[in-house]
Amino acid sequence: MILLKLATKSLLNRRASVLLSLLTIAISVMLLLTIERVRMQAKESFAATVSGTDLIVGARTGDIQLLLASVFRIGHMNNGVSWQSYQDISTKRGIKWALPLSLGDTHKGYAVLGTTGDYFTHFQYGKKQHLSFSAGVPFANNNDVVLGAEVAKRLGYDLGDNIVVAHGMGKTSFHHHDDKPLTVVGILAATGTPVDKTLHVPLIAIDQLHGAETQQAEHLHAEHHDDEHDQEHLVDLVGEPKQISAFLLGFDSPLYTLQVRRNINNYKPEPLMAIMPGVTLRELWGMLAMVEKLLLLFSVVVLVVSLLGMLTTLLANLSQRRRELAILRSVGAKPWHIFSLMSMESLLISLLGTTFGVALCYLLLTLAQPQLQAQAGINIDLQGISSYELMLIAVIMAAAWIVGLIPAIRAYFYSLHDGMSVKT
Amino acid sequence: MIEIDKLWFSWQGKTADPTLKIDALHVKQGEHLFLHGPSGSGKSTLLSLLAGIQVPQQGAITLNNTQLNRLSSSQRDQFRADHIGYIFQSFNLLPYLNPIDNVTIACEFSRLRKQRALSHGDSLTHLAKNLLVQLGLDEQHHHKAVNTLSIGQQQRVAAARAVIGDPEIIIADEPTSALDEANRKAFIELLFAQTDKTGATVVFVSHEQSLAPLFSKVVHLDELQGGADDLA
Repeated sequence: MILLKLATKSLLNRRASVLLSLLTIAISVMLLLTIERVRMQAKESFAATVSGTDLIVGARTGDIQLLLASVFRIGHMNNGVSWQSYQDISTKRGIKWALPLSLGDTHKGYAVLGTTGDYFTHFQYGKKQHLSFSAGVPFANNNDVVLGAEVAKRLGYDLGDNIVVAHGMGKTSFHHHDDKPLTVVGILAATGTPVDKTLHVPLIAIDQLHGAETQQAEHLHAEHHDDEHDQEHLVDLVGEPKQISAFLLGFDSPLYTLQVRRNINNYKPEPLMAIMPGVTLRELWGMLAMVEKLLLLFSVVVLVVSLLGMLTTLLANLSQRRRELAILRSVGAKPWHIFSLMSMESLLISLLGTTFGVALCYLLLTLAQPQLQAQAGINIDLQGISSYELMLIAVIMAAAWIVGLIPAIRAYFYSLHDGMSVKT
Repeated sequence: MIEIDKLWFSWQGKTADPTLKIDALHVKQGEHLFLHGPSGSGKSTLLSLLAGIQVPQQGAITLNNTQLNRLSSSQRDQFRADHIGYIFQSFNLLPYLNPIDNVTIACEFSRLRKQRALSHGDSLTHLAKNLLVQLGLDEQHHHKAVNTLSIGQQQRVAAARAVIGDPEIIIADEPTSALDEANRKAFIELLFAQTDKTGATVVFVSHEQSLAPLFSKVVHLDELQGGADDLA
């Protein structure tokens, strides 16, 4: 007990240099933990973007390009899939559901996805979770739109609002169709996936958007005028699209997956490809592993530097403290008391530093959470410390302790040799 | 009380010339020994041996009926904690403790000294205060940072630490060399006033011959040694 008291008082007496070592350790622990936390969560939310989908089918391109475009709404597909092919394949044996995806349009920078009403019942993310509505209902008319959680929140839209969709990508667009506004009928609950950043419209609405540039303009124009008439009977939400960007398939049994995939890859009428999202997600993450490892390496280096900083400070102090060791020896402290005192001091510094670092990590994550969600789509849960992180902390503490042993061992030998004959 | 018999010690080991060679030295209990020696006469070595940091290669040192050279180094540390009060030449105090804590720390490594100290009063702090006042350090200084105290005041704190818990032997290594003439005598008298209460034996090392008349026994280290030529 007396040793702990001495260690504490001695640290307090040197608070300036102690505080510096403590801060460097805290910052490095913060860096390491934050990077690890963001990395794990990024991996998790990455893998959670799509689930329950057995195959993604699109025109021939790279696996990753297809995945990025169809699921992450990143990049675009040069070619589409013809509607005939979609209808042909989606009625094959073993296919439980098929969701056509028509992409390429945006609204204020958010992707517009043309699909069918089945999307809201079959699309799954995370741990096979279905989409749910925080307000409203699925689209039932050709000018209805269902917003992702973030779109509604960011743009301040509510049920019943009218919005205008632009043709093409980007926030600014060449064609605005003010005469064809869409009405918000539903808002999805947040998922932490690209769904949150998507506007969902019926397939036919996509055709209507492009109406001005297609030969169907006349037909659609007429249909538009007939809106009231349309609503009296069952509305056609699909229309007659020529092609879609891609489609998702779910099977009755996963056993069909490989067979159907092969068939699609060899599909005669049109060059198509099918990818298994889980496999491609892993491939994509593998490509990012390099960056991930580099980040981890950097934070480990920062940690090592901070521990060396502590070592330098402790060793520099030690030579000034030989007198102090002699005094302790004179009142009967044994060399191992000196050793314990010294290692206790470094342990206290690292313990406080680590605790402070964990607190800083949480502070940083809390501050960065909205930004990460908005910019990178990474959903950070401010959960408690995981067993993996506890292990990391334990490793840091152990490293700090081992580093602290060096001045302690030196002090031990000083106290053996010097005895009480230090000349100051 | 202190018995040295045919002591032989060298820092270089058995084959080298001895740093210290003392045939016999006897100090009775309660005696005040003035050990006079110019620098380089083996003073520090002798103090190291008396305090049990070093052991002689030959011969015996017996303190308080315990033969130090027969104890393990850990037992010698414990013996020092229990039975020896030590005062350095200067810088006696731990910079991060206040004067009171600097006094009571002597009881922290020895249960025996703690028990003895507590038999004089209800708490160590209280006892430390009394000792400091008796040694001439007013209460206003008791909670100051030690580096704000003068050298003289610091040495009083060191003396209080040496005598708390009534150790049988007080070893003082030139404790007055940093003090002025008037303070030297006062310091020694105050120290004796404390040690005489418990009958402790005092070994006082100094090169200042002028202090010798204050002591009951005076020994010159070079007379004690086998011969000045042997010194390292």
